[in-house]
Amino acid sequence: MTRFFLTASAAAIALAASVGYAAARDQIQVAGSSTVLPYAKIVAENFGETFTNFKTPVVESGGSGAGIKEFCKGVGENTIDIANSSRKIKDDEVKSCADAGVKDIQEVRIGYDGIVFATDINGPDWALTPADVYKALAAQIVVDGKLVANPNTKWNQVNPNLPDWDIAAYIPGEKHGTREVFEEKLLAAGCKSTGALDAIKAAGQDDKAAAKTCIAVRKDGKAIDIDGDYTETLARIDANKTGVGVFGLSFYENNADKLKVATVSDVKPSTETIAKGEYPVSRPLFFYVKKAHLGVVPGLKEYVDFFLNDQMIGPDSPLAEYGLVAAPESERKEQREAFDAGKTM
Amino acid sequence: MTDIPLNGIANGTVARPRRDIGLKRRYAAERRFRIYGVLAISVGIVFLAVMLVTIIGKGYTAFWQTTATLPITFDANVIDPENKRATDPNVLITANYPKLAENALMAKLGINPDDKVAARKLKGFLSDGARAQLRTMVTDDPSIIGTTRNVEILVAANIDSAFKGQIDLSVDESRRKVSDQQVTWMKQLAAEGSLAEHFNKGLFTFGASSRPETSGMGVAIIGSFYMMVIVLLLALPIGVAASIYLEEFAKKSRLTDLIEVNINNLAAVPSIVFGLLGLSVFINFLGLPRSAALVGGLVLTLMTLPTIIIATRAALAAVPPSIRSAALGLGASKMQMVFQHILPLAAPGILTGTIIGLARALGETAPLLLIGMVAFVADRPATPLEPSTALPVQIYMWANEAERAFVERMSGAIIILLIFLMAMNITAIVLRRRFERRW
Repeated sequence: MTRFFLTASAAAIALAASVGYAAARDQIQVAGSSTVLPYAKIVAENFGETFTNFKTPVVESGGSGAGIKEFCKGVGENTIDIANSSRKIKDDEVKSCADAGVKDIQEVRIGYDGIVFATDINGPDWALTPADVYKALAAQIVVDGKLVANPNTKWNQVNPNLPDWDIAAYIPGEKHGTREVFEEKLLAAGCKSTGALDAIKAAGQDDKAAAKTCIAVRKDGKAIDIDGDYTETLARIDANKTGVGVFGLSFYENNADKLKVATVSDVKPSTETIAKGEYPVSRPLFFYVKKAHLGVVPGLKEYVDFFLNDQMIGPDSPLAEYGLVAAPESERKEQREAFDAGKTM
Repeated sequence: MTDIPLNGIANGTVARPRRDIGLKRRYAAERRFRIYGVLAISVGIVFLAVMLVTIIGKGYTAFWQTTATLPITFDANVIDPENKRATDPNVLITANYPKLAENALMAKLGINPDDKVAARKLKGFLSDGARAQLRTMVTDDPSIIGTTRNVEILVAANIDSAFKGQIDLSVDESRRKVSDQQVTWMKQLAAEGSLAEHFNKGLFTFGASSRPETSGMGVAIIGSFYMMVIVLLLALPIGVAASIYLEEFAKKSRLTDLIEVNINNLAAVPSIVFGLLGLSVFINFLGLPRSAALVGGLVLTLMTLPTIIIATRAALAAVPPSIRSAALGLGASKMQMVFQHILPLAAPGILTGTIIGLARALGETAPLLLIGMVAFVADRPATPLEPSTALPVQIYMWANEAERAFVERMSGAIIILLIFLMAMNITAIVLRRRFERRW
């Protein structure tokens, strides 16, 4: 009996002692987007190996939204220092950050990520346009001037050049940063180019409602939201050989022996075509730094400097090798200068 | 039915007694039930076999790793071209160590060191982990500069996969990560005997890494160990004390009924809820560090407590009342009765419950997500206050990786986790068999 109480009290004392901790965290903590995660891991690992006097940063995944939410919890030892994001921080997120005391946020753009459509390796070649994507996957499309629920069930009904496959598209779920790019660069663009936008407006919807109608995805099981990451999408394509999946460029390049990539508007996605701005479906990647933590958490400034170094995000860097599309020289310089100048949002 | 006795009489035999009626039918029912049972078990065994075969089939290769044994010349002209290492210790840290390995490899393959095209193709043959490995060797013992040593260097994950035959070399060269030239070099080195597979110690010692060949479960094993120790130290005494009080001392009242209902309820609460609780109480309110094994251990303690309490109460209740009466009758106090008679007899049941609770906690990821333990942690934690991960978390993180080489590591990690779980459950069964008393 006494033994039990001894261990219990010892544990309780250990617990109480640890509560007194909370001083001097010496390890950078990063959280956020699962798209940025592989890049952040490479940088963190190289940072730990290069700066032997600092510990390797801890990088959590969980999604852009979750990362920013954690970032906006406040300032202090038990809040994270950096939030990775595959989209720009939203105004209401900046506001909730400010309400919690995180007033000075430094935005860093690290490069670009391409979003590609890919099918099983043994399938035919695909050439998509935003209009095809809109007509295949939107909830409502315009037929003969009237807005109707999407009647298309096969890809060749959308565009005769596409194969005779049932429409089954595995697209990023709504909590993904990728979803926004998908909606903006494909659905909205396709909506406009097919003239559907004008028809919707002519039907009496105002600009805002029309934009919303354009990007609404059909909910009849033909467009499948994937809330996990690209490994899940790949598994779905494996199981359904006539499915079409949406992937990040780097993920596709790592699995090029299993997947065949589709051209969009006749441009084949590659780091070159994205850097040149030819391939239409790409997005910038960001991370956000808490200015109040610079100089408090050891190594934080060095980590950001290291990240922005051309050795990391330049055209011939490990991140570029993994699939990041490097920003143009002038933009990288601008990002470095903005960070050094302490520019906040 | 009615004509049976008639037939009996007609045949001149005695009519069967009434209680035999339907015996055939009842036997048939029993046989059917047995068949159902066998079928149910076989379905379970088939699924288990499929799972084990796929996991082991994919994962056993993770326990071997390809290394290249190269005679590395620690050339002072590469490490310290300006000969400043005596005054500036940073020189040894920032030196171009990969160049040493590259030079050695080129010499081994007989490539002209000035051949830039071949050097470019050679890039990505050896692991980038060579930098840290060679640097550690030099900083540990600077006197090796200028000498030549045989060093085992990990090859890059793609070469490792190709060497293990996991990459389909028949597909077009542009569609795979290993070039034909690299395959030729790989075969050349293998023929010379300097490329070989060795037991993958790194899988158990390395922390997380973005490079498959240098990533391992070291951090996860330490993190899981810390958490199990914390759970054991906190959940066992608290759980046993609570159940002894509830079972032996507390008077049955509305309040104890309410507590009992709540404990049973808590045992069924989804584990993610405990993660939320941990986040708000331990991290936001008490200010404990994020991603630390201590917080993970506390959260898992909360999760395991109801299981242990329920198992302990069942074990205490199973001790026959005659033991209690005998102890009290011989003049023992209630406290002596509980601690000297009841508890020792209930101990096997308590231990079994505890081990099963621990095994469940070992396999848990959901609550760890919210307290920041689903993370990339490269440095091994020295104390439970430093960031770490856990075994199932490592499996989850590897499952999400794009590189193919992580698939075998994920399956390898599952095998290790299964071995741990099996060891714990076998211990529970052995303890129960050995110490269980039947009345």
